[in-house]
Amino acid sequence: MNTEQIIAYLKNYNGPEIKLMEVCGTHTASIFKNGIRSLISPKIKLISGPGCPVCVTPTAYIDRCIEYAKKDGHVLMTFGDMIKVPGSQGSLSTAKGDGAKVEMMFSPVEVVDRAEADPHTTYVIAAVGFETTIPTYAVAMEEALNRNIQNIKFLTALKTTLPAIQWICENESGIDGFICPGHVSVITGSKVYEPLAKRFHKPFVVAGFEGEHLLAVIYDLLRQHEEGRAEVKNLYQNAVKTDGNEKALHLMERFFAPGNAMWRGLGIIPDSGMYIKDEFRAMDGGSFGLDQDAELAPACSCPDVIVGRINPNECPMFGTVCTPTEPYGPCMVSAEGACGIWYRNTI
Amino acid sequence: MKITMAHGSGGKSSAELMKSVFGKYFSNDVLDQMEDAAVLDIAGRIAFSTDSFVVTPITFKGGDIGKLAVCGTVNDLLMMGAEPLYLTSAYILEEGLEIDRLDAIAASMADTAASAGVKIVAGDTKVVEGNGGLMINTTGIGLIPEGRNISAANLKKGDAILVSGYLGDHHACILSARMNLTNHIQSDCAVLKPIVDALFSHDIRVKAMRDVTRGGLGTMLNELANTSQCSIEIEEERLPVRDEVRGFCDVLGLDPLYMGNEGKMLAVVDGADAEKALETMRGTDLGKDAVILGYVQEGKGVTMRTRLGGKRVVDMLYGEGLPRIC
Repeated sequence: MNTEQIIAYLKNYNGPEIKLMEVCGTHTASIFKNGIRSLISPKIKLISGPGCPVCVTPTAYIDRCIEYAKKDGHVLMTFGDMIKVPGSQGSLSTAKGDGAKVEMMFSPVEVVDRAEADPHTTYVIAAVGFETTIPTYAVAMEEALNRNIQNIKFLTALKTTLPAIQWICENESGIDGFICPGHVSVITGSKVYEPLAKRFHKPFVVAGFEGEHLLAVIYDLLRQHEEGRAEVKNLYQNAVKTDGNEKALHLMERFFAPGNAMWRGLGIIPDSGMYIKDEFRAMDGGSFGLDQDAELAPACSCPDVIVGRINPNECPMFGTVCTPTEPYGPCMVSAEGACGIWYRNTI
Repeated sequence: MKITMAHGSGGKSSAELMKSVFGKYFSNDVLDQMEDAAVLDIAGRIAFSTDSFVVTPITFKGGDIGKLAVCGTVNDLLMMGAEPLYLTSAYILEEGLEIDRLDAIAASMADTAASAGVKIVAGDTKVVEGNGGLMINTTGIGLIPEGRNISAANLKKGDAILVSGYLGDHHACILSARMNLTNHIQSDCAVLKPIVDALFSHDIRVKAMRDVTRGGLGTMLNELANTSQCSIEIEEERLPVRDEVRGFCDVLGLDPLYMGNEGKMLAVVDGADAEKALETMRGTDLGKDAVILGYVQEGKGVTMRTRLGGKRVVDMLYGEGLPRIC
């Protein structure tokens, strides 16, 4: 089938309503960018999953980041997305306005060079991310070890997507198929979805980020659903291997081990976090037990959005009290959060 | 030799710096009077604009902060249909700045001003503590010829939207330099006068113009649509973006629609003049890659017909256009 035929099929679909979840924020963004919803039948619902590591970071973690940024002789290094996430008393951005030392980094490895050049300052990396980013922190740790650099610390809030998908399968039976994250699957490989597909009898398909890729994956999931199949497929073969990126996986395993993690809006998901192993604990900036999370406002529907129970625009706060410039809930905070993406593309 | 606090004292070191650097490049009948203020004879409607330039690094592929400080303000005047005439230039230097670097930037500023046909008629220099950086403010005055009415409020159904060339080059160039990425992306930093002059000399009915700087094309289109209370529909397939810049954006999760440029402009022209305007723009060096992006419609907001035939809302840029984390 070529793209035109796929569009025709998806546009004319008139069977029972089907709900497909895209787990990755970049897919959500691409769905809007390519106008995918306007090309398919309204009976095919695309649900945005917990696709952004920044959005699910609990307030206690942000508070710890701010603490470091205010401490003498310390600089907090972070990716840009983190800067607006609210802690219990303001964000890194407001702390920076008050004189805290917060700097934007583009890659953790560049921080190793900074630390080496400035041995009297401790550089604390706000290490947030999914499988896609975890290996880059591992590379920086390896580099710091090799060069014997002591003045660099990693404050981690790292998460893995598979336990979260499993959590959704266990708690939300309404999803009929999953568009597996592209970047994450490059690292993990496509085979990791096999046990989930079997256990929950749902199709899992890995896709790239172009509009054509998304149409192909939606078509495949729909056909599988119609035929009662629950297969794992990889439609992103030039980037994703069955076994993943072994080098990156090996690096991750060397430095990190799984543990329970707090997902803002969802709660604790067993073994969904990655923590620095005991033998490298000297490099850890105190990442354990940062589970405390401010209570969400009663009307905030982020927990329902993250698991796909409702679309962002169905939340009573969406676009009124909660906007990207004044985010209330975690999903509105980051450029990759479901609410943030919906707001920028529909209001 | 480096800049010290003494260079901003107003005393002997200041005078020496003035003579050895600025005096060498900035000279004209008004400035040379050395009065407390420039005295200018202008009669008519003027356009008046100011802008501060704080870019790091201060030199980059395709330009430097001196060139940028002229282009930015002169382009703002041009976009109102004005003939740029005079500029002021205020430098804020950080201690530790190499005087050779300042010299090169002043030279580049003077060259750009000369090529734009504007005179730098007043200036100031201050020194602050810091790490060898440099910031420039320029203010410009231009004369609007009689009968010319260029405004964001002029858009009407059927008007055509043109853009003068590839989007995102400047933004991608500066980000690459900051991130230590090696590529061939050059800033597009340029004075847009040749394109604007060509449009008017060919009697194109120009409704509005905007230089596509911070906030990018998406933001500019929304500003125009809001001010004129109309909607704009553009075609994704026509968006001019270089392959290298597109690749750069894909990797970092940036959208060329929101990337800043320093030598690109939007022109809204009467629909009947669309093809002639396109030909005119393409006839200039700076506008050779111009395209007709879309048309003004009734309604509100900006939409884009995607490559696959879908429809997408194009909103203003929110917050910073930062590289994403995942």
